[in-house]
Amino acid sequence: MNERYDAVIIGGGHNGLVAAALLAKAGKRVLVLEKRQTLGGSAATEEIFPGFKVNTGAEDAGLFRPELVEALALERHGLRFVEGPAVAFAPRLDGPGLTLWRDPTRTQAELAERISPKEAASYHRFTQLVARMTQVLDRAMLQTPPNPKEFDPRELLPWAMTGLKLRQLGKRDMMEFLRILPMSVREFLDEWFQDPFLKGLLATAGVAGTMQGPYAAGTAYLFLYHHLGGGQGVRAGRFVQGGVGQLSVALASAATLHGATIRLGAGVARIRTSYGQVTGVVLEDGEEIPARAVLSSADPRRTLFDLLGPQELEPRVMRRVRNIRFRGSTAKVNLALRGLPRFHGQESPEQLTGHIVISPSMEYLERAYDDAKYGRPSQEPALDVVIPTLLDPTLAPEGAHILSATVQYAPYALAEGSWDEGREELGDRVVALLARYAPELPDLVLHRQVLTPLDLEREYGLTEGSIYHGQMDLDQQLFMRPIPGYGQYAMPVGNLFLCGAGAHPGGGITGAPGFNAAREVLQALR
Amino acid sequence: MPIPTPFYPRTSTLSESHEWSEWAGYLAAITYEPTHDREYWAVRNSAGLLDVTPLFKYEVRGPDAERAVNRIMTRDVSRCRVGQVMYSPWCDEDGFVIDDGTVARLAPDRFRITAADPNLRWFQDCSFGLDVEVVDVSRDLAALALQGPKSREVLLAATEDPTLAKLRYFRLAETQLAGAPITVSRTGYTGDLGYELWMAPEHALAVWDRLLEVGRDYGLLPIGLAALDMVRIEAGLLLIEVDYISSHKALIPAQKSTPFDIGLGWTVNLEKEAFVGQRALVRAKAKGPTWSFVGLEIDWISLEELFGKVDLPPQVTGRASRSPIPVYRGDRQIGQVTSSVFSPILKKYVAIGTVEPKEAQPGSPVEIEITVEYHRERARATLVRPPFFNRARSE
Ligand SMILES: Cc1cc2nc3c(=O)[nH]c(=O)nc-3n(C[C@H](O)[C@H](O)[C@H](O)COP(=O)(O)OP(=O)(O)OC[C@H]3O[C@@H](n4cnc5c(N)ncnc54)[C@H](O)[C@@H]3O)c2cc1C
Repeated sequence: MNERYDAVIIGGGHNGLVAAALLAKAGKRVLVLEKRQTLGGSAATEEIFPGFKVNTGAEDAGLFRPELVEALALERHGLRFVEGPAVAFAPRLDGPGLTLWRDPTRTQAELAERISPKEAASYHRFTQLVARMTQVLDRAMLQTPPNPKEFDPRELLPWAMTGLKLRQLGKRDMMEFLRILPMSVREFLDEWFQDPFLKGLLATAGVAGTMQGPYAAGTAYLFLYHHLGGGQGVRAGRFVQGGVGQLSVALASAATLHGATIRLGAGVARIRTSYGQVTGVVLEDGEEIPARAVLSSADPRRTLFDLLGPQELEPRVMRRVRNIRFRGSTAKVNLALRGLPRFHGQESPEQLTGHIVISPSMEYLERAYDDAKYGRPSQEPALDVVIPTLLDPTLAPEGAHILSATVQYAPYALAEGSWDEGREELGDRVVALLARYAPELPDLVLHRQVLTPLDLEREYGLTEGSIYHGQMDLDQQLFMRPIPGYGQYAMPVGNLFLCGAGAHPGGGITGAPGFNAAREVLQALR
Repeated sequence: MPIPTPFYPRTSTLSESHEWSEWAGYLAAITYEPTHDREYWAVRNSAGLLDVTPLFKYEVRGPDAERAVNRIMTRDVSRCRVGQVMYSPWCDEDGFVIDDGTVARLAPDRFRITAADPNLRWFQDCSFGLDVEVVDVSRDLAALALQGPKSREVLLAATEDPTLAKLRYFRLAETQLAGAPITVSRTGYTGDLGYELWMAPEHALAVWDRLLEVGRDYGLLPIGLAALDMVRIEAGLLLIEVDYISSHKALIPAQKSTPFDIGLGWTVNLEKEAFVGQRALVRAKAKGPTWSFVGLEIDWISLEELFGKVDLPPQVTGRASRSPIPVYRGDRQIGQVTSSVFSPILKKYVAIGTVEPKEAQPGSPVEIEITVEYHRERARATLVRPPFFNRARSE
């Protein structure tokens, strides 16, 4: 029989590890159980081809909370962010591409020259507005959302005013904030810009990882969310030295330093309860591990249905869990390349150091979504491509590169056939699309990995391949994440907590759910 | 538009009163004859035959059937043997009654539940994640209630199955009637000896015809809902939406009832494996009920006095009344009558309802409101323990 831990944490993704490090630092006896042989979960770096350390899932760590880097002294544990001069680059078949530079004045100059001085001026004011709006979201990140009793929306307003300091925005911006949140990213961008190509590039931030097109309400919110890390129109373009998985390695190092134990290859089969209280977990091999509290960074469906069991939930809670929208729509194609490809409309390799985005217009993006809406992978998908080896050559053998494309849309639920049959076809389609923009690319490919939503579900435990552990729709945010009434990390069973992306504030590499959950756990264990 | 039951070709031609109501979407006879009297007396003196097809019927099938039904019901269904029937309410997450009905165990892995309201979604949601299938069999089964002191003889004559003579209270058996396979359960809603017969709709008319034919010698009559409502009050049996409100339909929290509030505390087994509402009911039990379910006998002399003041004999309706009536002790309203009837067999004006638990002593005096020529008056009554009439268990 194992000794009893104060907290057992299911999942060694970055959120589970944040919670582990904070709880251990607070003096709790902590055990992390990760099913896979690698840390990092959806943000892992794995040597899937010999000599190539590939970010199999997430790439951009720009959303990660700086507060955590400090609180856990992660730099001392080896964490180093790397940023290139370009944030995003949109290659173009019929002329020079468009680059959003980290240096805003450089971006404005480019926009003034390539599009118009007016568009450049709009861009300047737009990024300032976005920065002010994201400040409000930013304040919500490390807070536990309120839990309006009886779901009375009137209870939210005081919180928004004091907790989020909404008033600091001033009356006009406050109204603007409330107006923008539920908008579609298309309408939002249409209010500011003329150029279809620029808007196509920017709109990707509103739909990344979600089964929504840019014409859907609420995508303006996701756009703002992706700017939390200070993104300049798309997202931060901030990467991790050694691969994104090094973030989790650093977190694990901090956790271990504070006394936490981390076990790999330790899949949890069930969460044990007695009289409505958790008592521990059972591993897939039958090993019993008692615990005072259990934190799960697996998504809410996996946690509450597969690990806890729907029979442990009141029917009204069960229904809500059943109704969480996951609807994964993202695939990943990871390529090992013999050399660096050149893109149409590209002038220098430095343009490729951020996100290389193929989304030439919002209409293109919406049409890509149209296919998915009817259960088909996009005929012409939108691609968010990253070549991490440009900033960190240690990831691949000398002279070789890694090119990873995050692909939208690849709907989890296919109208016809299965992803097991369609996997390589999707890979071919993505490579063919890339080849239109970078003709030498097919000849450079040494290895290829295609991760469909089904693979993300099977291998990374993401229900329906949802990279955010549940869609980032407005009705699945704040006190409604993962389900209404349970937005404060504590789940319906005593001392069971959700600490992953399925909890507020949601998906992406933020560390915020893990941070907030740890605070709630410390309170509960007191 | 209510739809006909499979018995409609017969019940419609028998209907002299043309008095129908809607019951769960079906046309249901209130009476067949212009008045209900003979139908009432048939149940109490000989036998009555009632079309109960409109009941909702569900089957729970599969390896986890027992677990599923036990999670739904407040009673311990694991103790229900094959061939046994249990009466039980079922509650929501907060321990408030949703509905009540019978649970029949047809096989180790197969249960049939009757309900007054649609419950498919609820049953399916309660068993989500278990290896069971919940099926709405409401339309696959026609059903008759054969009730009254002569019902056994009618049943034996109609089936020519002597083993049914030994069918015990709340047990069921498979047999044949008019060549049709039927399930017979010794259950009912009358407080009298009686049976319920379950069959495929295509056999409905053959079964009906055969029962009426052999029943003639025993005084069997088709009966409607008017007679049923009278006998179920005599038997102290609750009617949903009258004596309690389903928690799924309550408009305000105060309209909801736990089983303890409506005299069904005996059905709540808090020690069995987890069921929906259990935690709330543990708390509710500790706290004590909000109401106590009681019977009332209204003092006839008191009625004569009140009506005598305006030179009238006591005016009591012949049929059951479902109008709620305030119940007083001294100056204070302590509860309410929810159903009342002048019982022809008991020759008493009786009622059921709920009063505050501390005021619920059987034998203690109360007053109920009564309207005499548009004036509100109070009549004396005595609290009693229901039922007023019970012959259901007797051999
Ligand atoms: C293809 C892709 C691209 C993305 N791109 C970005 C990006 O560029 N930027 C960004 O910010 N975000 C991105 N995301 C989203 C981001 O990666 C996730 O939202 C985030 O990493 C979630 O972190 P987490 O710790 O909450 O959960 P996860 O990282 O999903 O970790 C959960 C962990 O739990 C483990 N687990 C599950 N079940 C069990 C069990 N029964 N027993 C033990 N362990 C279990 C899993 O193996 C996993 O390691 C991307 C995601 C994907 C898939």
